[in-house]
Order: sequence, then structure tokens, then C-alpha cells
Amino acid sequence: MNLNVTWAEAWIREGARVIAEHRAELNTLDRAIGDGDHGENMDRGFQAVVLKLDALPAGSTPGDVLKLVATTLISTVGGASGPLFGTAFLKAAVAVGTVGDLDAAAVAALIAAARDGIVLRGKAVVGDKTMIDAWTPAVDAAAAARNADASVVTLLQQAADAAAAGAVSTEPLVAHKGRASYLGERAIGHRDPGAESTTLLLRAAAETAARA
Amino acid sequence: MKKLINDPKNVVTEAVAGFAVAHPDLVRVSLDPIYIVRADAPVAGKVGIVSGGGSGHEPMHGGLVGVGMLDAAVPGAVFTSPTPDPILAATQAVDGGAGVLHIVKNYTGDVLNFETAADLALAEGIEVASVIINDDVAVKDSLYTAGRRGVAGTVLVEKIAGAAAERGDDLASVAAVAEKVNASVRSMGVALTPCVVPHAGKPSFTLADDEIEIGIGIHGEPGRERIKMEPADAIVDRLLGPILEDLPFASGDKVLLFVNGMGGTPQVELYVVFRRAAEALAEQGIDVTRTLVGNFTTSLEMQGMSISVLKLDDELTTLWDAPVATAALRWGR
Repeated sequence: MNLNVTWAEAWIREGARVIAEHRAELNTLDRAIGDGDHGENMDRGFQAVVLKLDALPAGSTPGDVLKLVATTLISTVGGASGPLFGTAFLKAAVAVGTVGDLDAAAVAALIAAARDGIVLRGKAVVGDKTMIDAWTPAVDAAAAARNADASVVTLLQQAADAAAAGAVSTEPLVAHKGRASYLGERAIGHRDPGAESTTLLLRAAAETAARA
Repeated sequence: MKKLINDPKNVVTEAVAGFAVAHPDLVRVSLDPIYIVRADAPVAGKVGIVSGGGSGHEPMHGGLVGVGMLDAAVPGAVFTSPTPDPILAATQAVDGGAGVLHIVKNYTGDVLNFETAADLALAEGIEVASVIINDDVAVKDSLYTAGRRGVAGTVLVEKIAGAAAERGDDLASVAAVAEKVNASVRSMGVALTPCVVPHAGKPSFTLADDEIEIGIGIHGEPGRERIKMEPADAIVDRLLGPILEDLPFASGDKVLLFVNGMGGTPQVELYVVFRRAAEALAEQGIDVTRTLVGNFTTSLEMQGMSISVLKLDDELTTLWDAPVATAALRWGR
């Protein structure tokens, strides 16, 4: 089974729904080690994305959806999350190109390109207590699933599971990037909000793929 | 939480709209995309200066727009960097053909969004230079942090760079003088109480009644340590120590001493602080030749203050003294 534009749109709508549902929780995570507005900013961005999806032209590809997400997040989220998630979706859009159907290899490439985009802008590495701690395990899990000839649904589920574990793994860390880095040891014991929102988005991708 | 707001979502827009009607002689505003420009922008042949960042630090930056200082300010949501679109629009609005300088405080979000906007402006044929402000000595500048934060020293950079642009310096010269101010200023702050972001509705952090945070950031980010409340003079000495040893400042230096309120501290306390800060500098043979006291780089309703010390030479002193006409800073015209 491959994933098409209907999935891409369903993924982003589901992502917007879960971000809204977890808005307060993301704010709370961010209040502990940042400035308390990650849920607010992500929700504002994804609600703007949903409005634009309503006007998505017929004949659009998954890449068109990803590009629309990218430009909308860059122009509405602000903070560091706007350029970081925006660049992630922009690079993902470039990676999938204009094809209408995404197989497991294309989806693995999509996730890897998104991660690479974030690294390009934010220059974080695994262990810096950032969203990369969720993205990179997801990229690795997707690559492993791809090598094992897993279905695209399994691939996305394993990527989402790895992201979730990665988000949890940020809890004992000292942050080396972003506002949490000012906290030093006081960041220990708190989960990175960007790693958590990354997990929510990848979980939404897996769940909508399972229903596709 | 009690705040004089309507819908938290509209705070910034309503404040900027209010600012426009309050100061029509100084500024014009655009509400979508949101930015503030000086009334006569763009000024042909003059370098345009754009700053911006999250709202909640007023009068920085909107209150610093006017002749002799900023050409434009781009306010983001409270404590959130503006996105590239309004930064680009403001850059275009103040481009008088001599290029535009972006003055950016060193926060991950501000740097990323201004960087993107500068790329877009370059693509539109506007020459853009950027200066990143990082005057806060509370944060160690190392590979393991996002680097020093930009705090109240930003106001001094904006005043002096603004004067350089106003007298007709070219883009490279204005950027160089802004870099020079950033390299010569050091700051550190303290919080007595937290602040409440309107849409969050809860304090960004908590401090017990008898606790203060030394080295606080302007968004309530923690600094060096949390200690028990002390007399003002002791707190001033705790802030001045790291500031003076960082540059380092030395006996015989001429400086500008700037005591900045965080928003919730009364002026009377700022002057108590200023008294000790000036005295402590004099004890070390440092000559305070210029001064600034007041709420300029605030953190909503936070009680607290920061101290900035800028090493002056003749050039910086002349530019500091040059006329300025903004809502928050005005002299000489």
C-alpha cells in the first residue's frame, strides 16, 4: 500500500487536532524549561494550516500539502519552532517531489529530509535536548523498517514509537541549544516540548496511515 | 491574573494600534503584517535600522522608533519572535536605497526568523547587514548553550547605531558601530517576582516571597542562581561584579551606566539601585560620564532590574548625545 495526497491531508488535519488537544500540555512543558508558549505557537500555526487546506486545489500532491504546511508555519508560528518545523516540512516536500503515491522508501526519505532541515537551521545534535532527540531516532527506525521491507504503516508506527522514546530520553538531559540551555542542570527532569510535539505529529502520521 | 487586556490573542495588535494613535507625529504602523515605522520612512539615502522581537519588553522596540534611532520595529507575539514576513515588510518599508541593518537579540527564534527575512530581502535586492546583540553576562557563552542573551544593552546599540545612520554613515559603518557597542556593553539582571504571559495566564516561573533570581533573562529564563532576598546594595554588587570583570572594565574607563527596570519595579527603587551602582563604579575609579535610568527593556510586570555598563570613547559619546525623538527616548530636538 502506498500513501497519497488524501493521507497527507488527513495527517496534517489530525496533527492539527492533536496539537490543539495537547496545547496546554505543551505550554506546561515549555514553561518548565522555556517560555511557556510552545503549544500556543504550534496551535496558532496548525490552525492556519487547516484553513489553507480547506482551499487546497484539486490535483495537489503530497508534496504540495507539505509545502503548504511549511510556508504557513514559517509565516505564522514565530519563535524558533516556526523556522524549524517550517524548514522540516519544506525539505520533506522537496524530498517527495511531485509523485502522487508515497511508498515506504519515499516516506522514510520524507522523515529523513525533515530531520535534516531542522539540523540545517538549528544545528542541534542528538543529546542536545531538542526536537532532534525525537526526530533522529524516528529517522533511524524508519530506515530500519525500510530495510526490513516493512509496510509503510509499520514504518510510520515504528518511527512514531522511536520518537516517543526519544522525547522521554530528553528528560534527564542538560540542554545545549535553545532557551532551555540557559538553565544548565535545572533543565534536568523536564521533557523537551519540541520533542513532544514532534512525537504528536509523527503519531498522527502513523494513525492516519493505518486508517488510509 | 488581572490584566488590562481584552482577548489575549489581540493584545499586541491592540497595543500597536494604540501606539499609532498616541504618537502620530513619530510613527506610522501596519497591522497586517504588523510593524511600526518612523513617520517619514523611508528616508532616501539613509541606512534603515530594523529591530524587533517578542512583545512584552515595551518600550523596546516600538517606543524606540523615530528620528535618530530605529526606522522600524517588528513586534512578535508576547515573548515570541516575529515571523519572517513582517520583518521583510518592515525592511522594505524603511529601505531608502542605502541598505538596512537588522539589530537582533541573541535568542534562537529571533536569530532564525531575522536570518530568513534577511535572505528574502536580499532576494528582493535590498542589502541587509545583521548585528546580533549578546550583552548578558549571566549566561556563559559556550558551545553548550545558545550563547549569551541580548538584553537591555540592545537599547544602547539602537540609540548609537541610529545616530550613526542619521548622520549619514553607510551600511558597513553603521553595522560596525553597532558591533562596537555590543562588544563594549555588559549587562546582568535580577528578578524579584515572575511575569505572566497573557495567553498563558500563569506565572512563567515561581519565586518564594523571600527569593530572588540573579541573572534573570528578559523572558523570565533563569540565570545564575536563586538566593534569599537581600538589601538593594548587596544585589547591585552581585550584578556589577560579573559585569565589570567580564569586559573587563578598568580604572580610568569612561562609561555609560544604565539601570533598567523590568516593568514592575517603581522608579524610586531604580534610583536606590543607581545610587549604589554609581558609588561602586566610583570606588573602582570608573568614571560615569553618561547615564540612563528607567523602564526600557521590560519583562511584562516583572519586578526587578538590570544594570548595563557601556565603555565609552569620544565617538560613542558623540553618537549617544546626538538628537533623538522617539516615544521613550527624546532629547536634543
